[in-house]
Amino acid sequence: MQPLLKVEGLKKSFGGVAALRDGRFELRAGSVHALCGGNGAGKSTFLSILMGIHQRDAGTIWRNGREVTFARPADALASGIAIIEQELSPVPHMSVAENIYLGREPASRFGGIDFRAMTKAAQDLLDDLDFNIDANQTMMTLSVAQMQLVEITKALSHEAEVIFMDEPTSAIGEREVQHLFAAIDQLKARGKGIVYVSHRLAEIFQIADTYTVFRDGGYVGSGAIADINRHDMIRMIIGREMSEEYIKTNIPTVTTGLEVSALASAGKIEDISFSARKGEIFGIYGLVGSGRSEIFNCLFGLDAASGGTVRVDGVQVEIAKPADAIGHGLALVTEDRKQTGLNLFDSVRGNICMASLPELSPRFVMSRGREASASAQMMERFQIKAARDTMPVSELSGGNQQKVVLGKWFLRQPKVLLLDEPTRGVDVGAKREIYRIICEFASAGGTVVMISSEIEEVLGMADRIMVMRDGRSAGIHKREEIDAQKLVHLAD
Amino acid sequence: MPRTDTNAIGRWLSPERRAHLVQEYGIFLAFLLLVVVLSASNEFFLTGRNVSNVLLQTSINGILAIGMTFVILTRGIDLSVGSVVALAGIVSASFATTSPTAGVAGSPYPVFVALSLGVLVGAASGAIIGVIVARFAVPAFVATLGMLSAARGLTLIFGGGRPVPSLTPEFRWIGTGNVLGIPAPVIILSAVFLLSWWVLARTRFGRYVYAVGGNPHAAKTSGINVTRIKFIVYVISGALAGLGGMILTARTGSALPQAGIAYELDAIAAVVIGGTSLAGGVGRVTGTLIGALIIGVMNNGLDLMGIESYYQQVIKGALIVGAVMLDRNRGRTA
Repeated sequence: MQPLLKVEGLKKSFGGVAALRDGRFELRAGSVHALCGGNGAGKSTFLSILMGIHQRDAGTIWRNGREVTFARPADALASGIAIIEQELSPVPHMSVAENIYLGREPASRFGGIDFRAMTKAAQDLLDDLDFNIDANQTMMTLSVAQMQLVEITKALSHEAEVIFMDEPTSAIGEREVQHLFAAIDQLKARGKGIVYVSHRLAEIFQIADTYTVFRDGGYVGSGAIADINRHDMIRMIIGREMSEEYIKTNIPTVTTGLEVSALASAGKIEDISFSARKGEIFGIYGLVGSGRSEIFNCLFGLDAASGGTVRVDGVQVEIAKPADAIGHGLALVTEDRKQTGLNLFDSVRGNICMASLPELSPRFVMSRGREASASAQMMERFQIKAARDTMPVSELSGGNQQKVVLGKWFLRQPKVLLLDEPTRGVDVGAKREIYRIICEFASAGGTVVMISSEIEEVLGMADRIMVMRDGRSAGIHKREEIDAQKLVHLAD
Repeated sequence: MPRTDTNAIGRWLSPERRAHLVQEYGIFLAFLLLVVVLSASNEFFLTGRNVSNVLLQTSINGILAIGMTFVILTRGIDLSVGSVVALAGIVSASFATTSPTAGVAGSPYPVFVALSLGVLVGAASGAIIGVIVARFAVPAFVATLGMLSAARGLTLIFGGGRPVPSLTPEFRWIGTGNVLGIPAPVIILSAVFLLSWWVLARTRFGRYVYAVGGNPHAAKTSGINVTRIKFIVYVISGALAGLGGMILTARTGSALPQAGIAYELDAIAAVVIGGTSLAGGVGRVTGTLIGALIIGVMNNGLDLMGIESYYQQVIKGALIVGAVMLDRNRGRTA
């Protein structure tokens, strides 16, 4: 049988720099193929060529055995290749059916849109896939996970045979991931080929049949998931031996660093109490919408708390705005660095200094020298890889961007570090460095509270774990006492 | 590893960097080109008198546009400056007129009273906008559209719909005087420009302005008082509009209630031609100054060529859109 999609020797350079040197790939019908690699491995370039967004410099693409060229995204779609992007961009005020048939609405007799036929066709497709979504619903009322299902439906309505999924689980909860996987199984059963791109190895081992690894713009290897273990996969991705994924070096002390009691925020969280000790990494696990991030928003003065007390080093503090929190030695690394962490228009240096400007320049005029040395110090400490610290932060890889955010806060020498999904969208190598930074901070007597939706991360890094469910705590457990099943069960 | 990062492909050729280069030098080159073409085609263009005239014509728009730059950098817009020009003009003139009927009782007051009042009136209207935008989160377009109407109305109420003539020579100096042959408005523009450049490029407040425009969420999370910064930029824009209004009044010799109509559009045009992004966070006051000069030079050049003012407006419109298109496309090509 012909492969659905076959690629050989794909090359692409941008401005003289090779982004892809040798892209090779083969996708069979009725299978899930994981495309793995760190940030900068060439996955995005590879995908964008297959989607018709960029033009290749060299190489061949076969679709069902026929050589093809995609000059624009419409060509790729016409040939049966669809992509579910990481950041979905639906039209929020239109219905599900309108979104599915956007740009090719069935015409009515008088040149208008035949809404009835359109809704019916959309509903048939959704029902056929057991998606339990009403085609008349407005897109904005759906959850991210449901929007993904609509995107899948849309891909099928285009009769796509090859479906790319780029980090589909980065914004959805554990339970929804299982729904997504059920949908993927259905697609497989219909003989579709799915290309699954994810940093999360556990998912790859659960859902994929075969894999291809890219590194530094080149093909490294491929094979059946059944024939490889996690350890070897990591080695292929990062190109060297990695002894252990999670290395914990911190030891909790008995002194309490941060104490939260009966914290509440109307309609979001209720009765949240915990105390994190110096030297401890306190984990918070919960599904999307369980109130995890809302705890941090309250603690940091981004949302108003409707009740509860917060103590830092045993002293009760009042926090009404972020500046208060910062003044009391708190630092917050937010979940979405592009939305809330970084000023993407600014330089690496500007971002590192953003939270420390009054300290760096006590008088009105900026002290450039102090800014430069502060930024150099953080770049060195966290091994931030950037040609110059005056280059735009937007040109850095995800891992390095995250280290810039960490640098911004470490410059303030915080007492308590609040981390919301600190390794989201970061590759395996950079993850390890971030874990190292967190552990060092705790070992030096800092208090860490870390939110994570990655079970392994929370089990690997946290000393104690609080599970959130429906805006309330579902218990605090020591890491030795809990395992993955129990966590998922408590959170659900 | 990050060398071959797809995100970092050709760092020196990245869209951001190219946009930055175009923004930095592209507009300057365009300005030089315009000057070269005009001086080649008309021998009168580069004479001292004409250059001085162009600078004089540019000064009021330049001052308004610099205030506008602060606002636009924070993702805002200020549509009220034209009306504030008239309001500040009429209020200050009422304290500087020798006419027994037109001014307030006791006029003329010492010139610094009139001048301070003009700036204060501008700053106050900016402060009202600032509170509405920053504190009550009303879109800047709406809040300043409201002020555009309200300030014009206040101008008519205050002056009873009549002009205020017969201004004292001291007051008129800011519009008609000169130092060593350099017109006073040009000196004022230069001072405003240098101060604004310094504030934006060298002070903490300037950094906050860019941070708030670049990513308000990140700025807030970093402990920056976003509300206060937004408030201040409207006060700056209003105060500069007040200053511009007084210069206009001093030059005209009397305060007219219909002064400054549509001035906000020229100010926005100068900011946009100067490469400041309406989406906020990116731009420079240097670009704005050159943008204002381009508009001034072009109006002057078209006059010299004997092109009717009706055509001038069409050409100006094309230039505004063309400058932004050029900026966008060069910045984007992959």
